[in-house]
Amino acid sequence: MAERFGAVVVHTTGSESAVRADTLSVPGAALSIQDVSHRFELEATPLPVLEHVSLSVEPGEFVAILGPSGCGKSTLLRLVAGLDFPAAGVLSLNGQPINGPDASRIIVFQDPTLYPWRTVWSNVALGLEARGLLQSHRERVDDVLRLVGLASFATAYPRQLSGGMSQRAALARALVNDPKLLILDEPLGQLDSLTRIAMQRELVSLWQRVGFTALLVTHDVEEAVFLASRVIVLSERPARITAQVANARPYPRHRGDPHLSELRREIMGHLGLAESW
Amino acid sequence: MTVNPAMDQANSASTLALGSHQNLMQRSWILAIAAAAWLGVALLTALWADLSGTNWDYTGDLATVCAALAGVLAAAMFADLRFAHLRYAQALGPWMLVLALLVGAWEAVTAKLGLLPLPFFPPPQALLEVVIDDRVRLAEGVFASLRLLAGGYFLGAALGFVTGLAMGWSRAVGYWIHPVLRLIGPLPATAWLPLAFFVFPSSHSASTFLIALATGFPVTVLTWSGVASVNSTYYDIARTLGANQTFLILKVTIPASMPHVFVGLFMGLGNSFAVLVIAEMLGVKAGLGWYLQWAQGWAAYANMYAALLIMALIFSGLITLLFRLRDRLLAWQKGLVRW
Repeated sequence: MAERFGAVVVHTTGSESAVRADTLSVPGAALSIQDVSHRFELEATPLPVLEHVSLSVEPGEFVAILGPSGCGKSTLLRLVAGLDFPAAGVLSLNGQPINGPDASRIIVFQDPTLYPWRTVWSNVALGLEARGLLQSHRERVDDVLRLVGLASFATAYPRQLSGGMSQRAALARALVNDPKLLILDEPLGQLDSLTRIAMQRELVSLWQRVGFTALLVTHDVEEAVFLASRVIVLSERPARITAQVANARPYPRHRGDPHLSELRREIMGHLGLAESW
Repeated sequence: MTVNPAMDQANSASTLALGSHQNLMQRSWILAIAAAAWLGVALLTALWADLSGTNWDYTGDLATVCAALAGVLAAAMFADLRFAHLRYAQALGPWMLVLALLVGAWEAVTAKLGLLPLPFFPPPQALLEVVIDDRVRLAEGVFASLRLLAGGYFLGAALGFVTGLAMGWSRAVGYWIHPVLRLIGPLPATAWLPLAFFVFPSSHSASTFLIALATGFPVTVLTWSGVASVNSTYYDIARTLGANQTFLILKVTIPASMPHVFVGLFMGLGNSFAVLVIAEMLGVKAGLGWYLQWAQGWAAYANMYAALLIMALIFSGLITLLFRLRDRLLAWQKGLVRW
């Protein structure tokens, strides 16, 4: 971690300095998921979704979670965000139990879900406004908009943005709060493949510059391997962790890297898709 | 360079877009024809003697008004040709022409030829006479109607909005209010009229209550449905960003449900007009509704037409105002219906 920040300090310039200054005081947080089980209370029979999931994420780590469709990945993220509560088990951030939503753990959904009645600037400012910090931190909003490349769209309404720009605005809306943990629920899933590739690169560079811990759910093995320092593979519902694959390749990574291809093959095997490689 | 902008435009138009140039000329011609038509109505009114045996005091004034309108249209045409595109005036042109023809025909078949029976079909100068001679009473009527309408409408809209919000937000409030709303809501507000005039201390307060009721029902239902249809992810996101309950209501629920609320406000406004006029006719001794009733009692049909015209202009103006307010508040929405 320290080396990575050192590198950032050397390379960043100009407008990013304000962000960087804040960054150094807000490193990523450690996330601990201990023996968490969860079920949906349907009509008569409860439907188990998570079964004895235990996971610990180091500060500043980028962890990707892969699993078959409908296996309970998003449910796990909602538990981490504090939007739902587990039927059993404990989740904690930096040792503090998670018992509700908090601005230190911010979730970005597949659908950017910007507030259509607010301009891009006001959307990004929402978290600061909600916590009464907007008056003293107005320049933070401008900084983060510059960071995601939307400075010139500050006064635009969400309907005027493209899919990629909307998702960047949603990322900015999360980042402005200096989250210690950024929870990403397939944030690039709705984008076209070219935009997605560009956004993956941006996401890595944001993560490197800002230093938050990232927890990403995705369907895309290539995306997981390209972004994450560790990939968690979940089983069919009810989800259990079936494999953990560490990925020590240095950033920035390259899509053609044969090591990454090898990792993809390994993970496809864990997902039961080895024959399709 | 002292190039006349119209010339400049004409030059570029002739080389680039002949069609639009011709279009501009055509539109200006329509303004010119409309001006000529109004001048024609003025001349017809002034020079053609009224039917013998009738005695219209304001024939000359009507001719003056028509001539003045012709002057305004002619001025607009010259301004349009020489200075700038007056799109609004251009768009109005065809309508002004048709109106001139209608008023001319009306004047001809009533005051000049007497083809339609009096007093049911007065000529245009009779309406002009009412507007001028009875202006104090009409102005008082307008003022009284607007005062009553505003009191009832704002009261009903505010109560309806708060009730709808509470119903959408709280299950308990919904449980208690929903059955009451289902039972009472479909009842036309006017059905309460006899009871209201009996129970309330004054006809004014009774009418305020009825207008509030007529406005409140659609506003409540639409606000409630607006709150119910708010995307739940809006709340999830705001909560993870640190929003408390008050913030969620004020900054998420209310703005997200505004499009529905405005539908309710429009429906409520329409309802409130109906109740206003009926209440004024049946109990309140003031306002345009009362004026209509009073004019009918005297068989003063010109007064009725004048009051109806004024009423139409005021109600249409109020709806326009509400549309403007909505366009301003909901500018973020796309595909808004224009009024």
